[in-house]
Amino acid sequence: MLSFAIKRLGVAILVALTVSVITFSMIYLSGDPAMALAGEAATADDIANIREFYGYDRPILVQYLDWLFRALQGDFGQSHYLKTDVASVIFERLPTTMLLGACAISFALILSIPLGVISAIRPNSLIDRISLTIAVVGQAMPSFWFALTLMLWFGINWRLLPITGTSSWLNFIMPSIALGYYVTPGVMRLTRAGMLEVLASDYIRTARAKGLRPLRVLFKHALRNAILPVVSLAAVQFGFMLGGSIVIETIFAINGLGFLAWESIQRADLPMMQAIVLVLSVFYILLTFLADMINAFLDPRIRVT
Amino acid sequence: MWRIGSTILAGLAALALTAAQPAMAGKADDTLNWATDREVAVVDPYYNNTRELVVMGHLGWDALLFRDLDSGEYKPLLATSWKWDGNKRIVLELRKGVKFHDGSGFDADDVVYTINHVSNKDNGVLTYKNVKWMKNAEKLGPYKVAINLEKPFPAALAYLSNVVFIVPAGHYDNAPTKPDGKKDFGSVKPVGTGPYKFVEVKAGEYVLWKKNENYFDGSPKGKPQIGNIKFRTIKEMNTQIAELLTGGLDWIWDVPKDQAERLKSKDSVTVENAKTMRVSYLSFDVDGSSGQDFFTKKKVRMAVAHAINREAITKNLVGPASVVIPSACHPDQFGCAQDVPKWDYDPEKAKKLLAEAGYPNGFEFDIYAYRQREYTEAVIGDLAKVGIKAKLTYLQYRALRDLVWKGKTPINHMTWGSNSIPDVSAITSNFFSGGRDDPAKDPEVIKAIEEGDTSTDPAVRKAAYKRALTKISAELYWLPMFTYAKYYVYSKDLDFKTTPDEIPRFYTAKWK
Repeated sequence: MLSFAIKRLGVAILVALTVSVITFSMIYLSGDPAMALAGEAATADDIANIREFYGYDRPILVQYLDWLFRALQGDFGQSHYLKTDVASVIFERLPTTMLLGACAISFALILSIPLGVISAIRPNSLIDRISLTIAVVGQAMPSFWFALTLMLWFGINWRLLPITGTSSWLNFIMPSIALGYYVTPGVMRLTRAGMLEVLASDYIRTARAKGLRPLRVLFKHALRNAILPVVSLAAVQFGFMLGGSIVIETIFAINGLGFLAWESIQRADLPMMQAIVLVLSVFYILLTFLADMINAFLDPRIRVT
Repeated sequence: MWRIGSTILAGLAALALTAAQPAMAGKADDTLNWATDREVAVVDPYYNNTRELVVMGHLGWDALLFRDLDSGEYKPLLATSWKWDGNKRIVLELRKGVKFHDGSGFDADDVVYTINHVSNKDNGVLTYKNVKWMKNAEKLGPYKVAINLEKPFPAALAYLSNVVFIVPAGHYDNAPTKPDGKKDFGSVKPVGTGPYKFVEVKAGEYVLWKKNENYFDGSPKGKPQIGNIKFRTIKEMNTQIAELLTGGLDWIWDVPKDQAERLKSKDSVTVENAKTMRVSYLSFDVDGSSGQDFFTKKKVRMAVAHAINREAITKNLVGPASVVIPSACHPDQFGCAQDVPKWDYDPEKAKKLLAEAGYPNGFEFDIYAYRQREYTEAVIGDLAKVGIKAKLTYLQYRALRDLVWKGKTPINHMTWGSNSIPDVSAITSNFFSGGRDDPAKDPEVIKAIEEGDTSTDPAVRKAAYKRALTKISAELYWLPMFTYAKYYVYSKDLDFKTTPDEIPRFYTAKWK
């Protein structure tokens, strides 16, 4: 188990480094960062001035290694646009995105697990077909469109929920639903498949034969086993939500890490972009690593593959 | 089952009752909320060159002069009078009794400090061209200063009234030092003499301004009326509209035409289309450096000019405040001659010219653009009708400008806002003085512009610029397209006047 964990950790570190290198290169491929900082009205002199001022005249490799060395010491540098310490901005905004991600994954699990269980108990029934429809719609519907629909009905027509901001818990309802709904189908189908498999197993038949109550059989014996892969999936999906909240944070004007990432890309704020990509990558890689470990713990066959 | 249903209904009812109301919005709490899609973190017009800070610059700070947008005249603001002393020096008398927001008095030291700070290249002002024409300032008395210029710069008054805001002496002296050893001037707390005082900024969320109750009498800006002005960052236009309709916002702009037209049916908002200083143009690769040499032939450029229905684009896509322009400048700018060669919409003539140029069946080329894709697509549609097939490459501005400088674009469809400076030197001189932006480097044009840029005699300037603009239009180095127009949508409760220079003066707004 230890050697498996070390191997996975090594891969995780390599992936994080690769992501940072690729992102750094892509920033330069999209144009001259000094020009982006100078703005549309800048002359050639202005841009040359800014290039020198921010050190963009140095070789790219030197700039990258310089950043990496400092990042390993926890110093991500200064944001060119926000004029402040990058790490402090990221850690100021990360809790908002984490909260949104947590609310969204909670919504997805609360909706999808019961529906998945019911679908497994009554396969091919009306409720199973309704669940399937929910799953298909959830996979097919673009999150921005769903978000705008929620906003139209709950924000404008019925005036039940605030449209933007993070000033109260009510602000998180629509974004959490919009973000979490996309995850629902996968979790629901996985729960259903797991439950169908478990419910057909011998030990469930034995439990029933012993005369245990159906609900006890279902929740204590069946769901407990069927839900294990769902936990792994949820962990990975939570990481996906942290990175994938850009659209939702933008639509609902939530000042989180996703919105910061979008803004930083637009204004070519190099230090901020590099740090966000690194932080999100590390989160995602850690969650994937965690999921791998859980799976390996539960299924010893994985450790030797 | 009934119990569950009752619980859900009760929950929904509670939700409806406790739903948060928008904070600090509208007439009820005397706060004008306006929003754009940009994040503002640095609240200093010298260290943040976004349009938002141009707008806020006029709220929090005062310039030395004030330009009356109705008459075009310059009026006293922080300076009570001014006069040219030769063509490289302006002497100004300053206003007495003005206070900065921190309570300190305004005098010549503040002007000298501001100008000497911003004109020093080492201090890293972002749009340096706005201030680099000033060499330095010197104190001639407690309320009298002289500004020395690097070279004759006749557009000085336009810049002094629009982009040179005065800060207190010593304002930037205690700026924190960044890890790289450079001063972080943009992080200094904003202090000016303007009609609104800075209260707070939360990057990515808002910037709050409060009415300056002690704003000086006699300012041509007038006394501020609304208690608070709050800028909010809301990236998504649909969200901005939703907030406007539910009272969370009072003012938005840059609303797409189709959405603005639909909003006209709402009783709670006013929809207005107003002109801006931004112009659209096509720039041709006249020397063939892009590798596609079609546009080295003047007849091909003429064919393109006759093929594009610019009137239809302004009418159908841009808005009623947009107009077709014949010159490489905005009609409201000083020196922007309008009696230059014009190219009317005539597709038959375009086809004939193409045949004469050796392309009876048209040709295929690459067109580059970065803004309002639909405008460029309309151009492509018009060109297709005469047999010219244009393939669109749509890029971010910085990537495109890089290509333009390298001469890699056969035609680029660009725009220029002139920083709202009402003088052709802010556009024509920038693009046709022989620099990297100049597609033609025509010695005759360069010479005429040099004459216009260095004379302080308005008649001489007008004549020189006219020569340059006539040659640019006649040779079609650029095809000037149209002026931009913006849709503003704001609350019916708001008494607001749009301005032609794309700088909303919120200090003149009031509640009805």
